[in-house]
Amino acid sequence: MSLLPDATSPDPEERVDPVEERVVLMDAEAVRLALARMAREVVERAEGTEGLVLLGIRRRGVELAERLREFIQEGEGVRVPFGILDITLYRDDLQEIGLRPVVGESELPLEGVDGRTVVLVDDVLYTGRTVRAALNELMDWGRPARILLCVLVDREGRELPIQADIVGRSVGVLPRERVEVLVPEEDGRLAVEVATRGGTA
Amino acid sequence: MTTGTPGGAGSPERAGSPERAGSPERVNTGFDRSPTVPSRAVASLGKDLVGLEDLTAEQITAILDTAEPFKEISERRIKKVPVLRGKTIVNLFLEPSTRTRISFEFAEKRLSADTVNIAASGSSVQKGETLVDTARNLEAMRIDMVVVRHWASGAARFLADRIASNVINAGDGAHEHPTQALLDLLTLRDHLGSIAGKRVCVVGDILHSRVARSNIWGLLKLGAEVGVCAPRTLLPPGIESFGVEVFRRVEEAIEWADALNVLRLQLERMQGGYVPSLREYNRFYGVTRARLEAAPRDVLILHPGPMNRGVEIDSDVADGPHSVILQQVTNGVAVRMAVLYLLAGGVPEGAEAAKGG
Repeated sequence: MSLLPDATSPDPEERVDPVEERVVLMDAEAVRLALARMAREVVERAEGTEGLVLLGIRRRGVELAERLREFIQEGEGVRVPFGILDITLYRDDLQEIGLRPVVGESELPLEGVDGRTVVLVDDVLYTGRTVRAALNELMDWGRPARILLCVLVDREGRELPIQADIVGRSVGVLPRERVEVLVPEEDGRLAVEVATRGGTA
Repeated sequence: MTTGTPGGAGSPERAGSPERAGSPERVNTGFDRSPTVPSRAVASLGKDLVGLEDLTAEQITAILDTAEPFKEISERRIKKVPVLRGKTIVNLFLEPSTRTRISFEFAEKRLSADTVNIAASGSSVQKGETLVDTARNLEAMRIDMVVVRHWASGAARFLADRIASNVINAGDGAHEHPTQALLDLLTLRDHLGSIAGKRVCVVGDILHSRVARSNIWGLLKLGAEVGVCAPRTLLPPGIESFGVEVFRRVEEAIEWADALNVLRLQLERMQGGYVPSLREYNRFYGVTRARLEAAPRDVLILHPGPMNRGVEIDSDVADGPHSVILQQVTNGVAVRMAVLYLLAGGVPEGAEAAKGG
């Protein structure tokens, strides 16, 4: 049998590529400041916390949504409902890739999504395919009154007509560059870094 | 603050296009941040699921882990995800089955597959068509998977080796019934925390039971201690060579076990002369409340159904606090969804290519 990386080994995304160059785009403080502002923007766009639901997209979106929730609680004194979306089963490439990605559990907030303002939270908006999958899954859960997209980093490379409503930072990067959001829970530090394979040459 | 998107026209080149990533095997489909590291993937099962004897502990664990998130889908208001959209699955049940067939059908429909059910009666099988001819005719209509239940041991393997579609064994003769054992394992794991080191005893007609065989393989591979308990006439000769403990008395099995998997006593075994009478079977091998109350610890009760209440299991045990029989049925749908999901992508070459990425 073939055991693909990760069924047992640690997350391959954490492997360090020796010929990779990394540049810090946002340090921990910059990320915190951006999230604090985004939390205020979320409340502003949703016109308060009434009916507001935060949904983190697995995996890094979950940690970011939890932080946004804390900032909203600090500012408004309200702990808004929270859920997790795992979009694996809604990927449009399952036929193509010929392998079975690990499926994570989605957790619908107890309050549901019907008639609510749902804020989808993800780390990087890139091709837009993850967000497309998340929207489809969300529609299968119910009928939100409104959906807002909130991402920490908005980078170029969209393959679908999707745009974010609340953005931490927009960056222009080359296609071969990779924007990575690092969170303490998964990566040991809070930062946004740009990695280039094979150096800048 | 900027809320707009940067130059929507963007770059048509994908970051992960093979030339750029330097890994010709890999196709970036827009989901992976990294062009070099693929998404986390599950152990591949290959083309078919014929039996647990063929699987490794890693593969069995991968199926159980994959079943976990699928449980939640059946609790949703809209119980459907688009994973198998456009796939055609034939449920070829050449032996009567209610629970397994319906469970597979729910699993298939909740994954958005199109399904066709074929039973022996009323089909060309009745007119003498062979299994392979039936399957090849189905393949000529462009199907993707066959779920097969057959009275002959080995029928699933026979079919799997001869057709290109994925084949899932839904019970072949006295050989194996892998998805039943997988749902038993999932239910045991839910309640006991883990399988390794736990003592599970299969009680009943081991000789004729594919459920017993699949359970023994699965439990042993995951590191459980396995017992069997049955009248001598219903034990296969040489059963000890499987590496299982043999109990002649059900009281001893109950005293030893963390969980009992109680098998149905098929009524036709009476005519076969394997047991003198149902009453006598119940008196010596029935799982009763009185016997369980004498046990040193709580014993989890599983039963693959359909039950003969008052024969192999008493009603107050089947409906008692330690019975997980209905949860087995619920888990059956999740486990079958997991198997369908894993097999649908299970082209080993594809998995190998992704591994190289």
